[in-house]
Amino acid sequence: MGTRTATVAGVLSKICLSLVVVAAACHREPAPPPPAPAAPPPADVTSTPTGEPIVAQLTSAPAVPTRPYRQHPAHVIVNLVVKEVIKEISPGTRYAFWTFGGDVPGKFIRVRQGDVVEVHLKNDPSSKLVHNIDFHAVVGPGGGAMSSMTAPGHESQFTFRARYPGLYVYHCATAPVPMHVANGMYGMILVEPPEGLPRVDREYYVMQGEVYTTGAYHAPGLQDFDMNKGIDERPTYVLFNGAEGALVGDKALSAKTGDRVRIFIGNGGPNLVSSFHVIGGIFDTVYPEAGAVPQHNVQTTLIPSGGAAIVELTMDVPGTFTLVDHSLFRAFQQGAVGQLVVSGPTRDDLLTAKQFDRPYDGTEYAGGMVVPQISAAPTGPLDDAGRLELGKATFGRICAMCHQPQGQGVAGTFPPLAGSDYLASAAHDTIIGHVLHGLQGPVTVNGATYNGAMPPMQFLSDDEIAGALTYVRSAFGNHLDAVKPAEVAKVRNRTASAP
Amino acid sequence: MRSLALIAALAGVASAAPPGAVRVAGGMYTSPLPQGAMADVAPFWLDREPVTNAQFLAFVTARPAWRRDRIATLYADPAYLARWAAPDRLGARARPRAPVVEVSWFAARAYCAWRGGRLPGEAEWELAARDAPDDISWYEQPVPDVLPDISGGAGIADLHGLVWEWIDDFSAAPSGEKMSCGGGAIGAADPGAYTTFLRFALRGALEARSTMSSLGFRCAYDERSR
Repeated sequence: MGTRTATVAGVLSKICLSLVVVAAACHREPAPPPPAPAAPPPADVTSTPTGEPIVAQLTSAPAVPTRPYRQHPAHVIVNLVVKEVIKEISPGTRYAFWTFGGDVPGKFIRVRQGDVVEVHLKNDPSSKLVHNIDFHAVVGPGGGAMSSMTAPGHESQFTFRARYPGLYVYHCATAPVPMHVANGMYGMILVEPPEGLPRVDREYYVMQGEVYTTGAYHAPGLQDFDMNKGIDERPTYVLFNGAEGALVGDKALSAKTGDRVRIFIGNGGPNLVSSFHVIGGIFDTVYPEAGAVPQHNVQTTLIPSGGAAIVELTMDVPGTFTLVDHSLFRAFQQGAVGQLVVSGPTRDDLLTAKQFDRPYDGTEYAGGMVVPQISAAPTGPLDDAGRLELGKATFGRICAMCHQPQGQGVAGTFPPLAGSDYLASAAHDTIIGHVLHGLQGPVTVNGATYNGAMPPMQFLSDDEIAGALTYVRSAFGNHLDAVKPAEVAKVRNRTASAP
Repeated sequence: MRSLALIAALAGVASAAPPGAVRVAGGMYTSPLPQGAMADVAPFWLDREPVTNAQFLAFVTARPAWRRDRIATLYADPAYLARWAAPDRLGARARPRAPVVEVSWFAARAYCAWRGGRLPGEAEWELAARDAPDDISWYEQPVPDVLPDISGGAGIADLHGLVWEWIDDFSAAPSGEKMSCGGGAIGAADPGAYTTFLRFALRGALEARSTMSSLGFRCAYDERSR
C-alpha cells in the first residue's frame, strides 16, 4: 500500500524532474562546472616514523646509493666509522688522511625529506684524535658537531629530523677545523624531496678538496701537513675524490651516448671555490649551490667551499670528457682532473673530427705595418752586409713603431729620422746613448720641438743597435756614416761603470 | 755512623728527588685558549718519563683491585689494558719499556697515589711541555699496533710525540661548541698553535673512565710531599 503511493510519488517526481531538466535545457543555462579534481595530498614529511628502522646503505665515491622510495618518513640508522688511514694521493706519494668510512671523500648518505636519522659515529680505536661531525643538512648548534665529539675507541649517537631537502656537505668540526677538513674529513648527504629527483640514467658522486703538504707536488714518500700553505691558500694538490687518478683511466666515470648523467658535485675545500666544468660538455641543468631552482645551459658552475651543486648533462657525442676545476693551474699542475668516458656511435652531424689540413702562407693579414720576417739569429761574427740586414729587421720591429716605417716620424710626437738635422750633427756616442738609455726632455729636429720619452733599449745587442743605426743613417734619403758595434759596446760599458 | 746516617736522611727528606722525577721550576702559565685562566704555578716534580708497562704491571700486582679482570666498571671502560696478553702478563703488544696506555683517569690517579704522587694539572703539564719538541706529523698518523719504547732523551722525555697524557683537571678543558668549527679560534692567543688545539680537543672529549690506545700518563709530586 505504502509502496504504491511511494511509487506514484516517485514517478511524479521523476516527471517533475524531467520537466525541470527540459526547462533548464530550453533556457540554455550553462551546465554547472564539473567538480575540481581533488588536490593531491601534500607529501608526508612530518609524521612520526613507524615500523622497523632502516639501516642506510652508504656508498664510497663515485657510487651513489639508490633513491629511497618511501611514502612516509622512516627511522634511518647511519653507521659512520671514522678511520685514520695512510693513502696514496699520487703514485709514490702518501698522506695521512682522516676519513669518514675509510675513503676521501666520506661515504655518501641518501635519505628522504622527513626521515628521522639516527647517527652512530664510531671512532676507530687506532685513531690518534677526537673527531665529530657537522651535517650542513641539520639546523641546530654545530649541525650535530656538539652532539658527536668522539674519542678513539668510542661511539657517539645522536638523532636529527631531515627537514630540508637538498644536497649538503658534512665534515668534521673538531678544532683545528681547517686541518681536519684538509686531511679529508668531508662528504655529502642528500635529503631527497619526497617526490624524488627527476629520473636520470646515471648518478655519480664527486667531491673536490685541497691537500697542503710540506713537500712539493709529486715529492715522494709520506708527506706532512703544511699549516702555513693552508693559511696562504697555496695548496700542493687540488683533487677530485682524494687522489690524482681517482677518476682517470679505468676509474673514469662512464656513460653511453643518449644517457642523461647527473653528478652530485661537492667541494670540501677547506679554502678554494671551484669553477666546475666538463670539457666538451654543457650542463643542460644545474641546481646552483644545490638549491631548489634549476638553471639551464651552463658551461661552468661555481661550487662554494663547504658547498655543492647538482649538474646534469645529456651525452650525445661519444669520447672522453675531462672534468676540471677551470682555474686551470689547479687542473694542469695540481691534479684537479677527472674523466667521463662516453661510448656510442659517432655523431658527425654534431661535431666532426678535423676535416682538412692545408698550408697557410701568412698573407691573410696584409693591412697596417709590414713586419719583416726575422730569419734565425745568425751565429758567428757578422759582416757588414749581415749587420745591415739585421739592423733593417730590428728597425722594422722596434724603431718603426714610433718613427714610422719610412722614418717620417709623427708630427708633434715622434721626431723624424729621414733627413733629420739632429741625426746629421749629433756625435755617434750621443745617438748610441739615446738608443741604450732612452731620451727624455725637449729635442729640436728640423725646426720642430718634440718633448716625449724614448724608452731605453738595453736589451738590444751591440750588433742590433749598430745595424739599426747604420740602416737609418743610410736610408730614407740619409747619407751618413755607419756605426760600429765596438762603439756601442764602449758606450754601454762606460755608462755601466759610471759612478 | 748511625746517627750521621739518620741526620743525613732527615736532612734529605725535604729536598730528595722522587726516584725518576725532575724538578720543574714554577712560573706564570697562560692558557692558549681564551677559556683558560692564568695561573701561578708553584715548583713541582714531574716524572722524567711516562709510566711504562713494566711499572704498571708492578702496580696491578701490588694492588690486584686494579687488574683488568677485577676492576670495577665504574673506574674503566671495557678496553682497559686490552693490549696486555693477560691481566697479569704484558705480552708482545705491550713492551715493558713502552708507555702504558688504555688506562683510565681513575687508574692513573691510583697509580700515582701508590707512588706517593698525583697527576699533574693542566697548568703544570703545559708549563713543563712548553719548550719540548713538538712535531705535527705525530698528530696526523694513526696509532701503531705496538707502541715504541720510551726514547730516554735528556731532561723530561717524550712530553710530545709518544702518547697523549692524562692531567688531573682534564674535565676543565673546553668542549662542545668551544672546540668546534671556528669556535675554537675565537679569542685564541695563537690560532696557529694547531697541536695545542688537538691536545685540548682531546681532553674535552674524555671522561674519567675513558681509555685510549694512545693515552698514557706520568706522575707529579709536590715539593714537600710524601
